[in-house]
Amino acid sequence: MKKTLCLYFQVHQPYRLRQYRFFDIGKNHDYFDEFTNKTIMGRVASRCYIPANRIILDLIKEFDGAFRVAYSISGIALEQMEQFAPAALESFQELARTGHVEFLAETYSHSLSSLISPRKFKDQIKVHVKAVEQYFGQKPKTFRNTELIYSDTIGEMVGGMGFTTMLTEGARHIMGWKSPDYLYVNALNPKLKLLLRNFRLSDDIAFRFSNKSWADWPLTAEKYAGWIAGALEKDDIVNIFMDYESFGEHQPASSGIFDFLKAMPGMILHHTNLEILTPSQAADKHQPIAPLNVPYAISWADEERDISAWLGNELQSEAFKNLYKIEDQVRQSNDPDLQRDFRRLQASDHFYYMCTKFFSDGDVHKYFNPYDTPYEAFINYMNVLSDITLRATKK
Amino acid sequence: MFGWEFPPHISGGLGTACDGLTRGLAKHNVQVLFVMPSASGDEDQSAVRIINASDVAAFETREEARQLFEKVQFLKVTSNLIPYLGPDEFEEKVDLEREKEWNEFRISFGQKFKFSGKYGKNLMEEVMRYALVASAIAHKNQFDVIHAHDWLTYMAGIAAKRVSGKPLVVHVHATEYDRSGENINTQVYDLERRGMEAADRVIAVSNLTRNTIITRYHIDPSKVITVHNAVDFSTVEDREITRGVPEKIVTFLGRITFQKGPEYFIEAAYKVLQKTKDVRFVMAGSGDLFNRAIRRVAKLGISPHFHFTGFLRGEDVKNMFAYSDVYVMPSVSEPFGISPLEAMRANVPTIISKQSGVAEVLRHAIKVDFWDVNAMADAIYGLLTYPALSAMTVRCGLEEVNALKWDNAALKVKEIYESVTEEK
Repeated sequence: MKKTLCLYFQVHQPYRLRQYRFFDIGKNHDYFDEFTNKTIMGRVASRCYIPANRIILDLIKEFDGAFRVAYSISGIALEQMEQFAPAALESFQELARTGHVEFLAETYSHSLSSLISPRKFKDQIKVHVKAVEQYFGQKPKTFRNTELIYSDTIGEMVGGMGFTTMLTEGARHIMGWKSPDYLYVNALNPKLKLLLRNFRLSDDIAFRFSNKSWADWPLTAEKYAGWIAGALEKDDIVNIFMDYESFGEHQPASSGIFDFLKAMPGMILHHTNLEILTPSQAADKHQPIAPLNVPYAISWADEERDISAWLGNELQSEAFKNLYKIEDQVRQSNDPDLQRDFRRLQASDHFYYMCTKFFSDGDVHKYFNPYDTPYEAFINYMNVLSDITLRATKK
Repeated sequence: MFGWEFPPHISGGLGTACDGLTRGLAKHNVQVLFVMPSASGDEDQSAVRIINASDVAAFETREEARQLFEKVQFLKVTSNLIPYLGPDEFEEKVDLEREKEWNEFRISFGQKFKFSGKYGKNLMEEVMRYALVASAIAHKNQFDVIHAHDWLTYMAGIAAKRVSGKPLVVHVHATEYDRSGENINTQVYDLERRGMEAADRVIAVSNLTRNTIITRYHIDPSKVITVHNAVDFSTVEDREITRGVPEKIVTFLGRITFQKGPEYFIEAAYKVLQKTKDVRFVMAGSGDLFNRAIRRVAKLGISPHFHFTGFLRGEDVKNMFAYSDVYVMPSVSEPFGISPLEAMRANVPTIISKQSGVAEVLRHAIKVDFWDVNAMADAIYGLLTYPALSAMTVRCGLEEVNALKWDNAALKVKEIYESVTEEK
């Protein structure tokens, strides 16, 4: 039986907040920095989404369907793409029409709701599933949670909603001696199959590709395909999961990342015992080897691979708790603007900006952060939250 | 080491810094001979030996005076204030004027000058005489490096260097631009610049000050090194205070002068009070903008919620911190700034201006531009309104402040000493 390489790319952009002062509370309900959001979406579309999609489309044609990929595009990224970069959205739709691209489900807002509110979590997944059907004409069978956050109970909820496969991190502290390169199942619901990210091989591209002090620089497609083939001599599936923005944005075009992307699939398919499948195909094909026990939530972030980047300090906990206090009122209101703003405020990014870990563990956090300090991020967010709370409780 | 003051008799942060630094140096086995113009005898000499310049005779014999005066001829004080010649100009006249000058200095052998060690009217004269005595001290003592703190002692440092040939390190705790904005006293500026130029190394208390030294004084960047100040808090401050008012209290504590930015605090208070009346503002301190501050507060109509305490000292300062829910230091220009550290030690969440040196070493204080009154008001409101914010800044701030040790700063200073003695 052939061994499998599975490629999945995450596409997400938050609605960044504008500077919202306390004088605005109760007066001004315009929270988002349209100029910045538009600028960033436009930049990422032209540097990453459009050129990378072009290459993916050519590869699908070149290998006549033997090359496949999967994407998850958050609902709020889809909204912004439609608003600010329609050409990028069209290029994703074109990929969908080839029939060789799988679109996954996630929470519409790229939220952390799985950690606090099962009802909100399920609601948001349903909204996202609807959006995927509407934009890409597919009903997702595979689920990926925000930042690959996963625990036994989260998996159980996802399985209960009818998803057959879920993606998460092959976190070292969970795996121990076990390899992430096999199919596993949820510990509470064995019907839900788990694909685990091979973080070493994924980060070789996502983080290390252009790092000249890395011993393996420069990374060629041939060398990389050799590593994949080596891992698959024994194991079943290598899962390469990363931010799509790695191509052209985090790793600039000048680093040769696009040439790498063009050449890599051919190098893989050159090995006759290897194939490239989407997550749901990979999960159908292989036999699960064991249930995976994950009592506490894991993620794909930082060294800790836990949720401390979003809920690791008291600022984050306070903001998070207060956000979901108004969940019921927002749900019951018939105010679409209020509901839309509430969705946007749930994006995990807002909590990431309040992370104090970046003082020590920094570069990645700093790259993504529009605020100078976590305290500024907190003050700004709480001012907005005060206003939306007034709106929600007035109703 | 030449200083101007040393605890317990201090008027500013300079004496405290000298104390902390010398203790730190002692731990790293650096012996310090500390010269100050007027010692009282009750200074703690466990870590340093203090020389009182007032007790030192400038010259014992005519021959010694001749020798020293050759080397320190750049000093000239004609009247009780200031006129001051550069060495080139001076050289031409030196033979003619030497005798006259001696008279002007009123030097007689074995005479001691009585320094006030204060910052009074005859400051310039004292600075020059201090330098003269410094040359005598340099002649009589053995040492490897000369270290001079702030412009008052730079002339002493230069004189000691000329007499002994030992390397000179000048330590900039503040510049004339910090004290006066753009309206600088050019005599003070000249003294500062000459001290920095003559020095083998210049130590700045922050990168902010280092930049000023490089851009305003045109000093070679390669010899200007930042060593951040530190604090050594021996006790934990946790005092019980009964409050007279139910509202939260936001405090400004410092001199009410241009440098400290009091007007920005008032404007921010006005903005916060438009949103909530559940807060009181206190401006503690005195200074040349005191009356203007009161008038501005009255004009804005916020006097019922804005209070002035006048100058506070000792226990009252500690009580004021204990009363406070938020401490704000809106300084326009602050080479370092110790008071936020005192506030943080007293568990008060702190807002500091980005134009302060202390902002370079603190992560758990909220930082705003001094002129950005909106951001300042927003930060005050946030600390008053969102409990997690104050809780976290207090908890992490205390840890952070306790980690700023003079030991570490002194080690950097010692390395600087080692580098200049190797070059010689």
